[in-house]
Amino acid sequence: PHAGPVESKNEAAMSELVPEPRQKPVVPMKPMGINANLLGYIGIDTIIEQMRKKTMKTGFDFNIMVVGQSGLGKSTLVNTLFKSQVSRKSSSWNREEKIPKTVEIKAIGHVIEEGGVKMKLTVIDTPGFGDQINNENCWEPIEKYINEQYEKFLKEEVNIARKKRIPDTRVHCCLYFISPTGHSLRPLDLEFMKHLSKVVNIIPVIAKADTMTLEEKTEFKQRVRKELEVNGIEFYPQKEFDEDLEDKTENDKIRQESMPFAVVGSDKEYQVNGKRVLGRKTPWGIIEVENLTHCEFALLRDFVIRTHLQDLKEVTHNIHYETYRAKRLNDNGGLPPMTAETEENHESNL
Amino acid sequence: QNHGYRTLSLCGPVGFDSLPDQLVKKSVKQGFCFNILCIGETGSGKSTLINSLFNTNFDDPVSTHFLPSVRLRAQTYELQESSVLLKLTIVNTVGFGDQINKEDSYKPIVDYIDAQFEAYLQEELKIKRSLFSYHDTRIHVCLYFISPTGHSLKTLDLLTMKSLDCKVNIIPIIGKADSISKTELQKFKNKIMSELGSNGVQIYQFPTDDETVSKINTVMNGRLPFAVVGSTEEVKIGNKMVRARQYPWGIVQVENENHCDFVKLREMLICTNMEDLREQTHARHYELYRRCRLEEMGFRDIGPENKPVSLQEAYEAKRHEFYLELQRKEEEMRQQFVQRVKEKEAMLKEAEQQVQTKFEHRVLMHQEVKLKLEKKKKVLEDEIAVFIEKKANAELLQSQASVSTPVVSLKRDKDRK
Repeated sequence: PHAGPVESKNEAAMSELVPEPRQKPVVPMKPMGINANLLGYIGIDTIIEQMRKKTMKTGFDFNIMVVGQSGLGKSTLVNTLFKSQVSRKSSSWNREEKIPKTVEIKAIGHVIEEGGVKMKLTVIDTPGFGDQINNENCWEPIEKYINEQYEKFLKEEVNIARKKRIPDTRVHCCLYFISPTGHSLRPLDLEFMKHLSKVVNIIPVIAKADTMTLEEKTEFKQRVRKELEVNGIEFYPQKEFDEDLEDKTENDKIRQESMPFAVVGSDKEYQVNGKRVLGRKTPWGIIEVENLTHCEFALLRDFVIRTHLQDLKEVTHNIHYETYRAKRLNDNGGLPPMTAETEENHESNL
Repeated sequence: QNHGYRTLSLCGPVGFDSLPDQLVKKSVKQGFCFNILCIGETGSGKSTLINSLFNTNFDDPVSTHFLPSVRLRAQTYELQESSVLLKLTIVNTVGFGDQINKEDSYKPIVDYIDAQFEAYLQEELKIKRSLFSYHDTRIHVCLYFISPTGHSLKTLDLLTMKSLDCKVNIIPIIGKADSISKTELQKFKNKIMSELGSNGVQIYQFPTDDETVSKINTVMNGRLPFAVVGSTEEVKIGNKMVRARQYPWGIVQVENENHCDFVKLREMLICTNMEDLREQTHARHYELYRRCRLEEMGFRDIGPENKPVSLQEAYEAKRHEFYLELQRKEEEMRQQFVQRVKEKEAMLKEAEQQVQTKFEHRVLMHQEVKLKLEKKKKVLEDEIAVFIEKKANAELLQSQASVSTPVVSLKRDKDRK
């Protein structure tokens, strides 16, 4: 809403509301934009502080999914993003795991705190994706998991007696790891993103980017962007959800220049120029993860966490979830009924 | 909430402490809604107080005492302070307490509050909905103006507040408090609070769970009801212009905490608890309304045999019911239509019959007349024939007569010669 023009007193019509019987809901009237000239400080702007305090008290949920073939550095990257051992591999006992025969969905949650802000972070791993001989439809378990979380939320939302705060297990962000082949996207990449970009926010990342030179990186990124566009794949931030000009300019830059982010992850520290930095040590030098000249990890981190975290959640809630809900309520049994059997396939370390 | 979750420590800065800022930024972009309902008798100082609270002159015409029933008048304004845009709606009761019979006075108010909940609920139940851009008209706070009698609450006050306390956050206020002295005021406040308590009226309690505000809120809870004075005029005190009421015996300053509780009210209402008022309205009052309404409509969380009813089943059942109802109505309408067509057909047939009868009658008449005319014609023809005959005879006679007469005249002529 924008402040309306100052209207003359004569135009300020008196709006009468005759109460109507219960059956018909009274349509709320359109607000009159009488711009009241403030003659002194009232304190309306303190609502910002009040709101901030409340949200700090309740805390935040964030659910991030990582998808990609094994060996692309997914777990390491997530650990680096959140500067702690949040991924499945770090938490499980068995480090020498076999590649599973089918795609599994493994969610693990931790509570992390920074600056008084408590966050319940859930990392959802998808081991087995793209690792089989025949990978047809290997995105289906993932799509099913995502829809199941929407279903869970919907069930809670339509209860008569509702919880004060509905637990949010919906996937807010899906990092898709692209192999740094330097050529182009693989058919599996395209298939996955085509299907899933309609139900979840997908952020494509180029994994293990330390195998490409700067020129190779730029060319590869351009090719990937072109391929995504040609195939009609809308990754986050989606063009159609830009709220205003400010958003559009900011997001256009990210969409057309920075993404997909070419990243390197590491949880080991080394001494460089007297500072301790996260990096990868090779015979030809130390790759500094948070150095923007070496890789785009810092861009990804700032994008996902420092500027667009809340927006990722809002797009998930206001758009993806609403789409699911509308479809679900319209379809006369179009979606398969959620039975108890489906829950056995999903192991959760929660 | 975090049962079973391990807490991990960070080995370096991540940056999600900017989350509250991100959230606030988005909220500011969207703007805020705040809706105040003022209940009080005509002339209790509602409009003046609102003008004083928001430091503006909202255009609000003065009303008469002679309205037949209580009505509500809502007006929305857009206020801006630094980057915060507030959509403020003030709902006033008009004619409250003026009627001779006040039994039903509270009903229009309850209906209005329910109607706003209903509108929100309808939006929430839609299949294609847009809750994040919905203009929230639910009442966040009700300022109840108590008359400064100095004695106790009126029956109307208790009745009204009792019917509203489960639907809205009530903050009781003593309006036009400059007519009560300080000692009388404290006694009056105590009496009011004890009456509210003994009648089980639940007024809004300023929240005390957050350490930063719990102290001030607890203190303020003890100062209720707030005794306020409002003014639209300014008086020069020292070298400043302040809102005040000028009497021959002195000047009552609105923002002087020794004179009245106006500043406390503004503090509590706007600067400290506005967000909590909004949250309580949504999380408590609205949820209660929603629950009752859905149960009224026949939805249940637990179906017969105590098994949980799934969303799909509930909607299926409702849809089925609705469909049957539609079918029944359609059948009814079809029957009605068929009936009407039959009736119309019958009418037309009858009309047709009538016309036919008339026609036949006319044909008959026509034939009769024709016959008559033919007869007459015959008669006339006969007469003509007779006449012609007579004429012929007459001419014959005449011609015979004229043959003889000319000889006579010749003879005469000869004679003359």
